[in-house]
Amino acid sequence: MLIHASPHEVHEIDHVEDTIDFRGRDLLGMEDFTAAEIAAILDTVASFKEISERDIKKVPTLRGKTVINLFFEPSTRTRTSFEIAGKRLSADVINISVSNSSMSKGESLRDTADNLAAMRTDALIVRHKSAGVPHMLARYLPSPVINAGDGAHEHPTQALLDLYTIREKLGTLAGRRALIVGDIASSRVARSNIIAMRKMGMQVSVCAPLTMLPVGIEKWGVDYTSDFDAALQDVDVVMMLRIQRERHGDVLFPSLQEYSSRYCLTSARMRRAKSEVLVMHPGPMNRGVEIAPEVADGLESVILQQVTNGVALRMAVLYLIIGGV
Amino acid sequence: MGDQVKARVMDAEAIDRALVRIAHEILERNKGAEELVLIGIRTRGLPLAQRLGEQLTRIETYPVPVGAVDITLYRDDLKQRRSRPVHPTDIPCRLDGKHVVLVDDVLYTGRSIRAAMDALVDFGRPRTIQLAVLIDRGHRELPIRADYIGKNLPTARSEQVSVRLDEVDGENTVIILGGMDADTC
Repeated sequence: MLIHASPHEVHEIDHVEDTIDFRGRDLLGMEDFTAAEIAAILDTVASFKEISERDIKKVPTLRGKTVINLFFEPSTRTRTSFEIAGKRLSADVINISVSNSSMSKGESLRDTADNLAAMRTDALIVRHKSAGVPHMLARYLPSPVINAGDGAHEHPTQALLDLYTIREKLGTLAGRRALIVGDIASSRVARSNIIAMRKMGMQVSVCAPLTMLPVGIEKWGVDYTSDFDAALQDVDVVMMLRIQRERHGDVLFPSLQEYSSRYCLTSARMRRAKSEVLVMHPGPMNRGVEIAPEVADGLESVILQQVTNGVALRMAVLYLIIGGV
Repeated sequence: MGDQVKARVMDAEAIDRALVRIAHEILERNKGAEELVLIGIRTRGLPLAQRLGEQLTRIETYPVPVGAVDITLYRDDLKQRRSRPVHPTDIPCRLDGKHVVLVDDVLYTGRSIRAAMDALVDFGRPRTIQLAVLIDRGHRELPIRADYIGKNLPTARSEQVSVRLDEVDGENTVIILGGMDADTC
């Protein structure tokens, strides 16, 4: 069910934006989407943001549609965000977490997919610790699959909501410079963002200890630096990442104190940045490790706006993919 | 579309005159404009609502709030269409107790109006919802009628009525485009 646009289709899309049709498509990774398609998704978000500001935060668009949140990894923000997004569009949203699913009784992924399909569900949102699980489920399920994070691979709705937030604040994406700092190798957020940002014409640098850089980073089209202070000076966006200790333990750096001294975004470091820089974090934050509390809560921080925009972005995605199917 | 222009039924002056008349009818029926809110249905209902708002403000000398509603998320025909772009709904004030005048360019099946009313009641409980349209072309599929009509225009279903407004289309005119089998009534 992966749809790769042919060059011919891309040509048409550039000219007639309204003809982009997302109905029935999977959202597995930013790799599968063209710049024109990403722009079309972002253009849809503002209208959904308004719905969350109403007294009655609900429209009937997805009435009668069933959306499954299948989370094999713990998540509060993303699962809740998808659940709220579906409910504000009047879809029936069912949450399945691994601890109470049949998977814990030994059922295979394939059987889980077949059973969900047999219940005539309309969309599956899936998070798993292994890369490729959403892609595999997409092959078995007739209904669209949305990747809510697969291992260290991709987290496309996070990248889309980050791009939307940047565009909302700065007006444009092309030519903007982003710096992503921290545990790049373990981060699906970084990977999806780097792919999407580059497609939208942004310049991306990463800053991390060498042990936290993925193998093959030189092919990602990003600049690398270990000097956080110097890298901060000319960027429009600085995106801080959590150390994913649950994935690799504490072996990648000598101590948290040493990591923080070099890679924590502190107010002292912020003085080197442009005054209008955006501070972003996909959450969950470890205050005092990668970001100082006063920066997380500071004027430049758009961290909570990312969360607000996440609901609107996921509403837009659900509407585009299963609205009217 | 490729359809031929069969008739030009309103020009810029005729549209202006109809809107001035409708503005007076709205004031007469509502005994002023204090509790009035105009809501245009996107796309072309919005500029018409803005023009009506200017007329009302000119006559009554105080501003009348004008908003916009996008009905895409309330449509009953999403299935028949591609994923459509959604535009913002912008309601300028609370609607509780207000007299809301919905404004659209063409009243046809009534389904857009049904969708717009569903949207409006999510913003409060208006005292009344009234409907102003530039053209009523008949062929209703729902029990809906307009309170204020610029022009009644009997048409065949095979025809298309195209309202073209300066704010959207760069000209002010209403034309009928011919269908394949014009059984004009």
